[in-house]
Amino acid sequence: MSQSLQPQLVRLAEHERATVAFTLDGRAVTALEGDTVLTAVLTNAGSLRRNEFSGQPRAGFCMMGACQDCWIATADGERLRACSTFIRAGMHLLSGSGEGA
Amino acid sequence: MNRSAPVIVGAGPAGVRAAQTLVAHGLRPVLIDEAARAGGQIYRQPPQGFARSKKALYGFEAGRADGVHQAFEAVRTSLDYRPQTLVWNAQPGLLDLMDNTTQAASSLAWEELIVATGATDRVLPFPGWTTPGVYTLGGAQVALKFQGCAIGRTVVLAGNGPLLYLVAYQYAKAGATVAAVLDSSSLADRTAALPAMLGQPALLAKGIYYLAWLKLHGVPVHTHAQVLRVEGDSRVQSLAWRHANLAQPGGKVGTEQVIPCDAVGFGYALRSETQLADLLGCRFQFDAMQRAHLPVRDRAMRSSVPGVYLAGDGAGIMGADAAELAGERAALALLQDRGVAIDGARVAQIEQQLAQVAAFRLGLERAFPFPQGWAAEAPDDLVVCRCENIRAGELRAAVRDCGAREMNRLKALTRVGMGRCQGRMCGAAATEILAQAAGLPVQEVGRLRGQAPIKPIPIGLHLSSALAVTASDTALQEDAS
Amino acid sequence: MKTLSTEVLIVGGGIVGASAALVLAKAGRRVTLVERDLCGSRSSGINYGGVRRQGRPVVQLPLSQRAHQIWAGLEALIGTTGEYERSGHFKLARSTADMQALEAYAELSRPYGLDIELISGERLRQQCPWLGGAAVGGSLCPEDGQANPRLVSPAFARAAQAAGAEIIERCELMQVVHDGRDFVAEARLGEDVMQLRAEVMINCAGAWATRLASAFGEQVPLSSGYPSMVVTEPIAHFLPWSLGVEGGSIYCRQVARGNVVLGGGRGYELDDKRARASHDSILGLLPQAAALLPALRHVHIIRTWSGVEAYLPDHQPVIGPSATQAGLLHGFGFCGAGFQIGPAAGEALAELVLHGRSAIALDAFSIARFAPAAAVVPVASSDRLSSHLERKIS
Repeated sequence: MSQSLQPQLVRLAEHERATVAFTLDGRAVTALEGDTVLTAVLTNAGSLRRNEFSGQPRAGFCMMGACQDCWIATADGERLRACSTFIRAGMHLLSGSGEGA
Repeated sequence: MNRSAPVIVGAGPAGVRAAQTLVAHGLRPVLIDEAARAGGQIYRQPPQGFARSKKALYGFEAGRADGVHQAFEAVRTSLDYRPQTLVWNAQPGLLDLMDNTTQAASSLAWEELIVATGATDRVLPFPGWTTPGVYTLGGAQVALKFQGCAIGRTVVLAGNGPLLYLVAYQYAKAGATVAAVLDSSSLADRTAALPAMLGQPALLAKGIYYLAWLKLHGVPVHTHAQVLRVEGDSRVQSLAWRHANLAQPGGKVGTEQVIPCDAVGFGYALRSETQLADLLGCRFQFDAMQRAHLPVRDRAMRSSVPGVYLAGDGAGIMGADAAELAGERAALALLQDRGVAIDGARVAQIEQQLAQVAAFRLGLERAFPFPQGWAAEAPDDLVVCRCENIRAGELRAAVRDCGAREMNRLKALTRVGMGRCQGRMCGAAATEILAQAAGLPVQEVGRLRGQAPIKPIPIGLHLSSALAVTASDTALQEDAS
Repeated sequence: MKTLSTEVLIVGGGIVGASAALVLAKAGRRVTLVERDLCGSRSSGINYGGVRRQGRPVVQLPLSQRAHQIWAGLEALIGTTGEYERSGHFKLARSTADMQALEAYAELSRPYGLDIELISGERLRQQCPWLGGAAVGGSLCPEDGQANPRLVSPAFARAAQAAGAEIIERCELMQVVHDGRDFVAEARLGEDVMQLRAEVMINCAGAWATRLASAFGEQVPLSSGYPSMVVTEPIAHFLPWSLGVEGGSIYCRQVARGNVVLGGGRGYELDDKRARASHDSILGLLPQAAALLPALRHVHIIRTWSGVEAYLPDHQPVIGPSATQAGLLHGFGFCGAGFQIGPAAGEALAELVLHGRSAIALDAFSIARFAPAAAVVPVASSDRLSSHLERKIS
C-alpha cells in the first residue's frame, strides 16, 4: 500500500458505533457515526489535501477549526473543513492523494 | 427601555458561567458557539452517544468539566442558543453570523457583548512541521477526547507548558504508544518556579503526578530538549532532537538523537483568540509574560469599549478554572453596568481568587519559560507560514532588503499571515523572527491587524431575505483602478 | 529642535510622492520626503491593484499613456516586478446601452493607443466560458493589467531612497508656513519635533492633502471614500483578465498565486486614517461574485480590507502648481484611480520643479478650478519654480 493510503489516526476507544459509508478518491471506505470528516478520512488514509504552494500533502494540524489546514474537497466542488464537519453517508471526498493522484 | 439581549460568544467555561449568571438574574442572553456542544476545548464533549465516562475523558478535571456541562444544561432552555455558528465579523452594534451546517448568514444586533473566544496552541515551527502526522498538543488531545483516536501509532510529544505532560499522560493511559516526551524546559525551571506555584497546590500536584506516572510506565521524558526536525516524505517517519536550553541560548548542546515515530504533537503553551476583540475596537497592550499583544480588561473584565466584556483565555491565558470565574465576573459587571443589583461579596471573592490565579500563572511562565533562542536557530528554509508556504529566509530578506520592522508591513511584503488562518499558526513565530532579524524587542514590532471574516466564509453563503435586501442596497460604484 | 534644510520637501509617501522623489533624486536634486506612516501604506498600498488606462476620462489618457510607458520598465525602475502583469482589462456590458457606451469610449480613446478590442456574441461565449450572468459583450484593453500595490508602492520609495532621496517615515507634518523665502514646516518624529526648510514643497498627502492646501488658502472639496475589498482562498487559474463592469458595482482579478481579489461597495471609517470593509458591502459583493463568476460558487473568502481614498467631485485629480503660493505643487485626489497613473503624475510634478513645465499638459487638473473665480491671483509659479532653484544653486 502506498504511504498515502496508510491511515494516520489510530482508534483507541469508541468502537461501538454505526458504520458510515462514503468514498475517498473514488475508493469505497467506511467510518463510524460521530466521526468528523477528518477522522473518517485519516482512519482510512494519510492526508486530506495538498497545499497549493508546496504541492505537499496535509493532514490537518490543530483539530479545532483554527489552522484552516484541513479543508477537503468534495466531488461536486464543495469544500469542507474536515475537523469541524461530521461525516455523512454518501459523501464523496477528494484528497488529491488517491491512487490516481 | 427596550434593549437587545446580551450576547455571549463562546460556550467554553467562561461563556457558560457568564450565561448561567445572566440567566440567574433574569436575563435571556444569546449564546453563540462554533461547536455542536458546550464545553469549549478543555471540556469539549464528544458527539452524543459516545461511550467513555467523564472520568475517562477528563481525568482529574472530570468534576469541573461536569460542572460546566451541567450548568449549561440547566440554563439551556433559558438561552437563545446558537450552536455550530461562527461570528465572522463584528461592527459597532452588529455581529455577522453564519450557521456552519447550513451556511445561512444572519446578523445580530448587540448592545452588550461578552467575548469568551478562548485559545489555541501557540506553536514555534521546526523543519518538517507541515508533514502529515504533526499536530498541536491541543489537537492531539482533541483527537483523543473528541474522537477516541490517537494521532498515530508511535507518538512523540514535544514543547512545553502544562498541556505537554497532561496529553502525554492521557495518551499513555488510553493505550497509545508515547515514544518520548521532549520538554523544552527542565526540572530546574520548575523548581525555581515552586514558590509561585505553591499558590495552587492542586495544580502543582497534578503536574508532579503526571510526570511520576509517565516515568513509572516507562515513557522516556527528556528535559531541555530541542526539536530539530521531523523526517518523512509524505508522513512522519522520525523526529530528531538534542539537548539544548532555548530559554537561555548560548549554552551547551547535546548530540543529535533520532526517534522513529509516525506522529508528533507539540506546542508551547497557548495563544488567545483575539480577533473579535480587535474588530470591536478594543484597545490592546503588550503582555510581557504572554509575549503577545492582548486586549486590555479591568478587574471586572470590562474592555476599553463600553458594552464589551472579555472573559477567559480569549483575552489572555488564565486557565479553565479562572475562565469560569472570569465568565461569572464579566456577567456581574454587565449586570452592574445595567443597574441591576449584584452580590458585592461574591464579586470580592471572585476577584480575590483571580488574583491568586494570576500569581500562579507567573510561576507557570517561570516553570515553562518561552524558548527565546528559537528565532536565532530557525534555518532560512524553515516554513513559517504553513498556509502560504513562506520561509524564514523570506522574512529575513524583507527586513534586510526592504527595511520591514513591523508585522503588518512584513505581511504585506512577504504574505506571511495572509493565508486562510490569518496568522493564528504563524503569528508568534513570525513576530519572533522579525524581532530577531530587526534587532528589536518583540513588543516593538506590532501585531497583525484583525480583519473580517475571522475564519473563511463561503461565497455561496445564504442570505436571509432581510439581509439580501440590505446588501443589494449597497450603492453602485464605478469600477476603480 | 533639529532643523533639516532641503531643496524639495515632498509630503506623503504614496506612489505619487515617491515617484516624484525618485525622478528628482535621479536628477540630482536634494529631496526629502516625509510620510506619516510607512511609505505605500495608504491608498497606494491597499487599492485593488488594477493597472488600467481603459475607462479613464479622456483628458487623463495622455498622462495615463505616459504612465503605461513607465510601468513597462517597472522592474528596472524600482527593483521588483511587483507582480505586475499585462494580463488585460475587460469591461463588461450587461445591456445594449452599456455596450454602446463601451463602443463610444473605444472610439473616443482611439487616438491614445489603448488598442481596445470589442468582444460580443459568440466570440464572448467562446473566449469567456467562465463568465456567468447577463453579459452581452465587453471591451478589452489587452495591455492593461494588474500588480500588487503592497509591493509596488513601497518599492518606489525605496528606489527614491537608493537614488539619494531622504525618506523619513513615521513623521507627521504638524504645520507649515512660508516665510517669504522658504517653506518652514514643523513635523513630529517619535517624541521629537523637527523643523524642515525647503524652497519647493509638493503636497502628495492623499486623503489628507486638504489640510496642507488650506494652510495656503486653497479650499478643495475633497471627500473620503472607503472601497471594500474581498479576497478568496487560492484556486486554480481561470480568469485571465482584470474585470470591470460598465456602470457596475463589482470588479475582480485573479492573482498569479490563485486568489481572486474582488472590490465593490463601500466600507466604513474606523478613524481618520483607517477603514474597514462593511457588513453591507461584503454581503452585497458575494452574490454578485457568484453570479459573475460561477467558478467561485464553492470558494471561500478569507480576508477583507478597505482604506481611505480621496475623491473630488469632477472625478479628476489635482496635479500642478498651487494657485496661491509660489513653490507649492499639488498631486492628490486621484478618486480611487491613482495607482496606474501615479508614476506619471509624480514625474510631471518633478518636471515642474526641474524645468518649470511638464511634458504633458496638466491644465485639466489645476487646483484653480476649485477656487472662487474672483479669488484666484495667478502665480507664474512655473517660471518662478525653476528660476527659484537656479538662483539658490548658483
